[in-house]
Amino acid sequence: MWSYFANPHKFLRLSDWLAPTFYAVGALCIAWGLWQGLWVVPKDEYQGGDIMRVMFIHVPAAWLAMASYSALAVASFIWFVWRHELADIAAKSIAPLGAVWTAICLATGAIWGKPTWGTWWQWNDARMMSVLFLLFLFLGYVALRASMDTRQKAARAGAILAMVGAINVPLIKFSVDMVESIHQGASVITADGPKMAAVYLTPLLISGLGHSLFFGGLVMTSMRTEIRERRIARLRAASLEGA
Amino acid sequence: MSGAPLLAAFRQSLGEAWAGGAGALLPLGFLGGTAVLVPLGIGTDAATLKAVGPGIIWVALALASLVTLERIFQADTEDGTLDLWLQAGAPVSALAAAKTLAHWLSAGLPLALFSPVLALMFQAQASPALLVNAGLYALGSLAFFFWGGVGAALSATVRRGGLLISMIALPLYVPTAVFGALAMSGGPGSTGAPLFLAASTLCACAVAPYAMSAALRLAAD
Repeated sequence: MWSYFANPHKFLRLSDWLAPTFYAVGALCIAWGLWQGLWVVPKDEYQGGDIMRVMFIHVPAAWLAMASYSALAVASFIWFVWRHELADIAAKSIAPLGAVWTAICLATGAIWGKPTWGTWWQWNDARMMSVLFLLFLFLGYVALRASMDTRQKAARAGAILAMVGAINVPLIKFSVDMVESIHQGASVITADGPKMAAVYLTPLLISGLGHSLFFGGLVMTSMRTEIRERRIARLRAASLEGA
Repeated sequence: MSGAPLLAAFRQSLGEAWAGGAGALLPLGFLGGTAVLVPLGIGTDAATLKAVGPGIIWVALALASLVTLERIFQADTEDGTLDLWLQAGAPVSALAAAKTLAHWLSAGLPLALFSPVLALMFQAQASPALLVNAGLYALGSLAFFFWGGVGAALSATVRRGGLLISMIALPLYVPTAVFGALAMSGGPGSTGAPLFLAASTLCACAVAPYAMSAALRLAAD
């Protein structure tokens, strides 16, 4: 299966129509979710009134922050074991985008936290700290890649760091969980099913789907650019050899 | 495989770390300097110093590991020692672990042993608990050195790698810092925390040598 997806030509052909589709459907879902979230659904006084509407950006961003780090780790593992170039291209493209969504999650969380909990930031809160360190892991990954002088070295160093980071993420999560939290517990994915009213849940899920699709579209565009950059570099090297 | 290259690497690193005339005094001077800046920076109120003291020592240990580790693999990459090691056939993970351990022995452990004195300067009560804390500092700083070693190995070929090491290693220091602070807090959860601290250090000792090995093979290419 990997070797089917590992072919850059097939990827270019597939993403040629898949990326625009993801953008279109993703934008529609985000727009519908925002419209529902900001204007249609009733405000929840318990969650701080109108400010809870930031949830329709905050929660999808948090999902994507975690999902994109998992994707980065999986792509790094595939590259490290099977050396499929496309997996490295995917990892390189995911990292900066993941950092952006993680930053969105932190920023919207602070904006939500100030009126409801009375603080922008709480140092002993497990979830905030986990997400902050996720951001540092992404930034470290990008910085490490940028400091390597060849593409091959950047790929190998990045893969090692992403995998070490993946081993540490549960450890970091567990350690900060030991300290009590003011953040609410999970309310969408729980053992007893969603605890949230359907009127909020549906726009939230649609918004999450929209963010995921849009993120996927951006990753594909970034990967297409990287594939072409590498092709240009190869052609340039070949023409220098020929001259 | 014989243990000779391992022993040689260990002794070479120990010598490197000990060199420069001052031996373990140099890291101690660093720790002292860092610690002296704190009361000057945040004020000399005894209650405040007592509260932040244990944390300041953790931070100083983390900084000491980053400063010491900056060049442990860089010099070996530049002068060809790393290539000789790879040819010697000894497992690179064990070599990297030996080097890291040597640096911990000459910079991490002395700081941990010295920590009761600093704790007293930060207005802590003189009690046997300070010696227990010294043991916790020793245990936790071992994890700092191993994770820092991963950062050092990854940035072995990077000029001005020091900043990069910090960027890579600091998120990995989190569990140690959290469990360490929890163990010394005396609050709820502080009884089990030393075990978690030990577990996270063991995890670092188990995982980091392989990551260092992969990164050093990359640096040798």
